[in-house]
Amino acid sequence: MATTERIDARRRPALPFKIQVEPRMEVPRWLPITVSVAAVLIALVLGAFALRLAGEPHPFKAFAAIAKELFGSWGGITDVLVQATPLILVGLACSVAFSMKLWNIGAEGQFFIGAFAASAIVLTPVLSAETPGWIFIPVMMIAGVVGGALWGFVPGYLKAKFNVNEVITTLMMNYIAIEWNNYFIFGVWSEGGFQMSPRFPRTAWLPRLADYAREIPEFSGLTLHLGLLFGPMAAVIVWWILYRSKWGYEIRLAGDNPRAARYAGTNITRNMILVMMLSGALAGLAGMAQIGGVVRRMQGSISSGYGFTGIIIAWLAKLNPLIVVVVSILFGALILAGREIGRSGISMLIQGIILFALIASEFLLRNRVRITRVREA
Amino acid sequence: MNWTIILHAGIASGTVLLFATVGEVLAERAGILNLGLEGMMLIGAMSAYSMAINYGNPWLGLVAGMAAAGLLSLVHGFVSIHLRADQVVSGLSLTFLGTGLSLVFGEGLSKAGAVALLPKFTLPVLSSIPFLGDIFFTNQSVMVYVGFLLAPAAWYYINRTRPGMHMRAVGEYPAAADSMGINVYGVRYLYTCIGGMLAGLAGATISLAVSPGWFSHMTTSGQGWIAVGLTIFAQWDPLRAAAGSYAFGALRRLILDLQGPTKLLLWDNPFYYNPYWGFFLKMIPYAFTIAVLVIGSREAMRKRLGTPAALGVPYTRGQRGV
Repeated sequence: MATTERIDARRRPALPFKIQVEPRMEVPRWLPITVSVAAVLIALVLGAFALRLAGEPHPFKAFAAIAKELFGSWGGITDVLVQATPLILVGLACSVAFSMKLWNIGAEGQFFIGAFAASAIVLTPVLSAETPGWIFIPVMMIAGVVGGALWGFVPGYLKAKFNVNEVITTLMMNYIAIEWNNYFIFGVWSEGGFQMSPRFPRTAWLPRLADYAREIPEFSGLTLHLGLLFGPMAAVIVWWILYRSKWGYEIRLAGDNPRAARYAGTNITRNMILVMMLSGALAGLAGMAQIGGVVRRMQGSISSGYGFTGIIIAWLAKLNPLIVVVVSILFGALILAGREIGRSGISMLIQGIILFALIASEFLLRNRVRITRVREA
Repeated sequence: MNWTIILHAGIASGTVLLFATVGEVLAERAGILNLGLEGMMLIGAMSAYSMAINYGNPWLGLVAGMAAAGLLSLVHGFVSIHLRADQVVSGLSLTFLGTGLSLVFGEGLSKAGAVALLPKFTLPVLSSIPFLGDIFFTNQSVMVYVGFLLAPAAWYYINRTRPGMHMRAVGEYPAAADSMGINVYGVRYLYTCIGGMLAGLAGATISLAVSPGWFSHMTTSGQGWIAVGLTIFAQWDPLRAAAGSYAFGALRRLILDLQGPTKLLLWDNPFYYNPYWGFFLKMIPYAFTIAVLVIGSREAMRKRLGTPAALGVPYTRGQRGV
């Protein structure tokens, strides 16, 4: 008798309800987007909570005021789009690499080297200041693309040939890129001892809306520049590559099932290197757009951690190049909001929570969770 | 340039890497890849420094740093163990989260003023060993001595004790471990948390002993990632991890000192006459990490050993897998 009682006591559930987890056969269409939106909202709430703890009196009021400021006027909207410009390109860079399960964490470094290479065209100078813009800007674009691709090539080659962990190599390449640029900013190109190069000649500037203020007065003060067009164009091209071309199919196959890709006879080694180069090229183009459209000189602080934000953008967009464009605008606003609040870590904090919430919620996409009441025996 | 000073300081700064790397070795041996070291080190450094300033007690700071990083690592644990998410992405989010949290809460800490540091002392007998005594046992921080003990202790624990064997079993073949009655999830949580606490200890060692202060994200300047790289180079062996960490510490210190003298050996020192070349010197630790990774990966490919078989693979009871 005594033994049965003990067993019963052990079997009595600790909670009045039971959590059952079973794999899902199919995911309802509305679920992924709901989950993504929920992830962003959760992150904003938790971020506000952290801000409150850190001494900000009314975080939600601050959020609302900033949202109004950013989306309430043409000036605010163009500022957001200016931030979104590099984000779209690095978001695409990460999406391409992640599609093959290559963890390119080095978009930041590739961005810096792209900016460096574009600046080198102006400052070395490869082209004289009298060169017309329609030659200058394409040459700078090519330089940025080549620089970024080179920076992506190294980790890609090491991964493909020696199976060297690309997370760490791409990250180390970031630090190397920063020191490389510092050498030129502090030393070679420094203007009068300042940590920046001289301003580029006008022909090397990407045209801004404000440049046409004389013809169209509404444009005065708007900072939107030509680089914004690079992003959506690149998005369409990347989308076509990934989802409509044979090469894109090979990339996605290698990402989903490397063994199948090998049996199918695709050249994984070559594709790895090429994908990392494409990824680097996109990030390098972002660097060129930033340097030619916003900063217009070479200096140290040209990125607000764009390369890292690109990782989260790619993930939130589920690696879909066209959605990357939309998500980037949201993150452009987030970066500006972080600046408004004046705490350097806040946008990174919110990005971290978003990413966590997203990958945690993937559990809900893969599994059905049921909570049932346990009847009292 | 004084080699004794370089090696002496190198051992101290290598201790930081040692704690982080040994922590990562433990977590990875149990099958959990945690790329969030940088974030956990930052949160550890920030909490430790802030606690030490507010209460004037560095030991309290040390505990706070370990606790904060340990708690943070449990987020990664939950997401990758129970929710079976991709551990690479989860580790990255941990880096963002830890960096963001430490920057938000560390705002203003860099101007907070002087803080009581962890004590330094000289070991009585050992310090009289010629040359080695001056480097290893003279006027070092207490954390350095803890580091000397930690690496062999971790090696012994992993290779010679029963719980260590359970840990390896969970990292190599969780299904078999499960069938032997080992609690796979429990073990993984435990070592994720221990790894996190050691990363926090590494952070606290920076801000309270080796290079005291809070310099926002420059406090760690990528050492968390270097530690992840060292784990692979060390092939998941704490003793190799220690050797690698001290070598890296010495390298970092050597680079600082290379710019000082006017002559290197017999030649004019180019780094003295061209101060901007210092930026190339600063690249060396990062380039070296890549080199070390290439060596480690080639060795692992050749010998076909090293990586714990179930590293980064979530475990689900009753499913086929490793």
